[in-house]
Amino acid sequence: MLELLGLPPEASAHAAEIDRVIVLLHWLMAVLAAGWGAFFLYTLVRFRRGANPVARREGITAGWSTYVEAAVVLSEVVILVFFSIPAYSARVTGFPNAMEATEVRVVAEQFAWNVHYPGADRTFGRTDIRLVSSENPIGLDRKDPAAADDVVSVNQFNIPLGRPVIVHLTSKDVIHSFGLPQMRVKQDAIPGMVHDLWFTPTRTGDWEIVCSQLCGLGHYRMRGFYSVQAPEAFTAWLREAATP
Amino acid sequence: MELEIPYTVEERPDTGLTNARLAIWLFLASEVMLFGSLFSAYVLLRSGSEFWPRQADYVNIPLATLNTIVLITSSVTIVMAWASLKLQQFRSYRLYMGLTVLAGLGFLILKGVEYGQKFEHHYYPATNNFLGMYFVLTGLHIAHVIGGLVVNLYLLGPGARMWKTAPAQFTGRVEAAGLYWHFVDLVWIFLFPVLYLL
Amino acid sequence: MPTFFRRYIFSLDHKVIGVQYALTSLVFLLFGFTLMLLMRWQLAYPGQPLPFIGGLFGVANAPGGVMLPEFYNQLGAMHGTVMVFLGVVPLAVGGFGNYVMPLQIGASDMAFPKLNMASYWLYFLGGVTMLASFVLPGGAANSGWTAYPPLSYFATIGQTVWLGGMLFLILSSLLGSVNFITTIVQLRAPGLTWFRLPFFVWGQLVTAFLLLLAFPALQAAALLQAMDRIFGTSFFMPSGLVYGGKVVAGAGGGNPLLWQHLFWFLAHPEVYVLILPAMGIVVEIMTANTRKPIWGYRLMVGSAIFLGFMSFLVWAHHMFLTGMGTSISTFFQTTTMIISIPSVIILSALFLSLYGGSIRFNTPMLFALAFLPMFGIGGLTGLPLGLASSDIALHDTYYVIGHFHYVVAPGTIFALFAGVYYWYPKVTGRLMNETLGKIHFAGSFVFINGIFMPMFIQGLAGMNRRLYDGGAQYAHVKDVLHWNTFMSWSAWGLGLFQLFFIVNVFLSLRTGKPAGSNPWQATTLDWAATSSPPLAHGNFASAPVVHRGPYDYSVPGTREDFIPQHVEHADGEAR
Repeated sequence: MLELLGLPPEASAHAAEIDRVIVLLHWLMAVLAAGWGAFFLYTLVRFRRGANPVARREGITAGWSTYVEAAVVLSEVVILVFFSIPAYSARVTGFPNAMEATEVRVVAEQFAWNVHYPGADRTFGRTDIRLVSSENPIGLDRKDPAAADDVVSVNQFNIPLGRPVIVHLTSKDVIHSFGLPQMRVKQDAIPGMVHDLWFTPTRTGDWEIVCSQLCGLGHYRMRGFYSVQAPEAFTAWLREAATP
Repeated sequence: MELEIPYTVEERPDTGLTNARLAIWLFLASEVMLFGSLFSAYVLLRSGSEFWPRQADYVNIPLATLNTIVLITSSVTIVMAWASLKLQQFRSYRLYMGLTVLAGLGFLILKGVEYGQKFEHHYYPATNNFLGMYFVLTGLHIAHVIGGLVVNLYLLGPGARMWKTAPAQFTGRVEAAGLYWHFVDLVWIFLFPVLYLL
Repeated sequence: MPTFFRRYIFSLDHKVIGVQYALTSLVFLLFGFTLMLLMRWQLAYPGQPLPFIGGLFGVANAPGGVMLPEFYNQLGAMHGTVMVFLGVVPLAVGGFGNYVMPLQIGASDMAFPKLNMASYWLYFLGGVTMLASFVLPGGAANSGWTAYPPLSYFATIGQTVWLGGMLFLILSSLLGSVNFITTIVQLRAPGLTWFRLPFFVWGQLVTAFLLLLAFPALQAAALLQAMDRIFGTSFFMPSGLVYGGKVVAGAGGGNPLLWQHLFWFLAHPEVYVLILPAMGIVVEIMTANTRKPIWGYRLMVGSAIFLGFMSFLVWAHHMFLTGMGTSISTFFQTTTMIISIPSVIILSALFLSLYGGSIRFNTPMLFALAFLPMFGIGGLTGLPLGLASSDIALHDTYYVIGHFHYVVAPGTIFALFAGVYYWYPKVTGRLMNETLGKIHFAGSFVFINGIFMPMFIQGLAGMNRRLYDGGAQYAHVKDVLHWNTFMSWSAWGLGLFQLFFIVNVFLSLRTGKPAGSNPWQATTLDWAATSSPPLAHGNFASAPVVHRGPYDYSVPGTREDFIPQHVEHADGEAR
């Protein structure tokens, strides 16, 4: 079923959990569609006027339909309680320790993704909207000592393989949505709020960040790139980027 | 061309309602949802904001208290107006309905004074979200008061001719107008503590 | 010509108002559909000039015939708005509800004829306002039909006019719903007890309650957004925004999610406003054309009422990605699964009703039958979107578009077509042409699936909605991109087959077979009224009295295979 659905490749630790819910639900749909479809076609042929000129008023009297409905309800409950709620709950709670994770801020704007790395000191430099300019999209205060080794990259999000990533997500202007299809990550970036999300990439590769909320005229081209790299390559890149 | 719609005057036996009474209750249910939505918006904005101004700095509590009394009085008089019709006393109906209209006008005048004070201090809806909500809630309430006033004035003036031709239906109209007026009053009784006292 | 105006323009008669609603909303449906046909060109052939008509839209919208993103976003926002608020709901409620419901309950008119006229004209005004917004500088609203701030805050003037138009539409639906409920409660014919009401009337009743109680939330939201846009308040505007390189002035401190809560508090019940009248139509047509009662009538009524209640408790499943914690998301996932149960029950009951019937495959029945699997697909594909975990993958993809279009287009709109074919003889006294009707059905059925089925494929692959170039930029959807052309051609094919319907509506006025008062040999009171009931002279020759349930078909021991509701019980008739 998973191959049949044609979802993007799974490249994060939790992707399989999400896909399992999708697969189970599509199995449920397939079974129901086949069952009801067969019943539907049968009745249309069997009870067409030509074959059954006089209707039977009481219609169906067998109680099996109640069992079918109960089975549908039961399957939904199982999928909800044992698969969906835990899978979602793991996304919004159970954050890894920040010391063991790669922490970044992502600031969305029309129509770009700004990625802010805290650098070697693991502390984000101060930002101030009054400092925002075309050279300084997130308004980073370079005078702040914590900002000295910070790295800000536009539309390029590099992450190391196998380590949890924590993203603090917000927006400067309108609502955007930070979608990483291969990571099974999607979260609205809402101005005035910071939302945290986390995931652990399990495959190296180069993919795209997809804006998943209508954000204006350039929404369709609000595309960023993200690369899952070997840890050494990532560290090297970060060090190089931090050197002024 | 004219068509007889049943149960405009007499009650339908199995529901115990006239059309107008049911309709006004339904309308008020919808109004409850409207003001309820705005109250929830107020609660969400206030509880979610880092900085909420001290409301007492902006509002005139004595004036609003006076206005509360004026509006509650009008609720009483409109009941008296309806009761007068029930007792077939058309003259006292006119008196009480007249008082209701006067009280409504009085409320609007006091409200106008209050708005004037706001603008004098350069307090506008855009100043902060408290004042924004203040103007939206009271403004919408004023619109409802004006709507009620128009209806009451009509029932006092040209509409009252119906008393001669169809007294029962006229009494029903006054009853519906009264229900609406109570609702307008009730909204104010919610607005007063929320905007002025809390 | 005062009588002409009184009779046909400012009429107080529910039948004329129903026809006014129906015709106006059909025009809006066609208009909203045309907006989509334009969008589909840009999706299939991004950046290529629109053939033939490209020059008509002006330099501001489509210079050289090539659609700009500005225009595309207007088309998207207005397609949604027009279809939902000006097309489907006014047709299902204003059109069918107004015309059929009073007849089915044996009333001579609505409880408040003047309010009824006012709701139509407010609706008309709202529609004209929405249409007029296209010629404004910057065009119509372009922030999606959902109008999320802050995007809608920064939008052109068209957004303000959109809010104004919504205000008219909300007032119209408020007056309408008060009138509908009062009419159903008060004006039922003697003997027409609650459980003798046709299911169509139940659908209208629950719908009216939803309109009455859910729309005020949007009214409040629209008021607040209008304040933000006109008076510079910050209800939906947080502090510290930088837009277009400049710090946004204003007090700040607002919350953009407040809009979403208020909007979806309306917009989820709105889904059931779209679907319940459609189910009502389908039940009426299915019972008449299977010659047997509906299976589990009381169960279905209970389910419809339960749907109505629950629809107020699921709104935030549209907002799983706005940063929702475990407990709130669990609540909304659970309510969403609960609300799926009555839908499954209703759909099952409809399927089971076919069993044992004597099925006549006429045009209204074909559309009604197609509703079942189409609504089934739409409903089932809602499950992965209603669960927060799978929604992470599927949110904002074409899967969503496929899902709700299956509910609304081949679902509700097919049911509405069925209703037009079914009640046309009641309105005009003539049947619609069957051959044209069947061609219309077959073409529509094939092409509508050609549009929406590939959306699931694209959505699962991760293609996002609302993209001006149809996703051409993105590498991960490369393999499913080719469906865009297929879907667009299907859409144009669908458009072509609607011509058969339009021609049929006009042609049958003159050439249709005379229908008599009860061409389908149906049992409900609408068929007891004369065909094309006289305007404003009451609907029935004499006030009907009801003696039986709504669907007394094929009662053993009787000569005919149907007994109308107003016929008394006879000796020898099985009870």
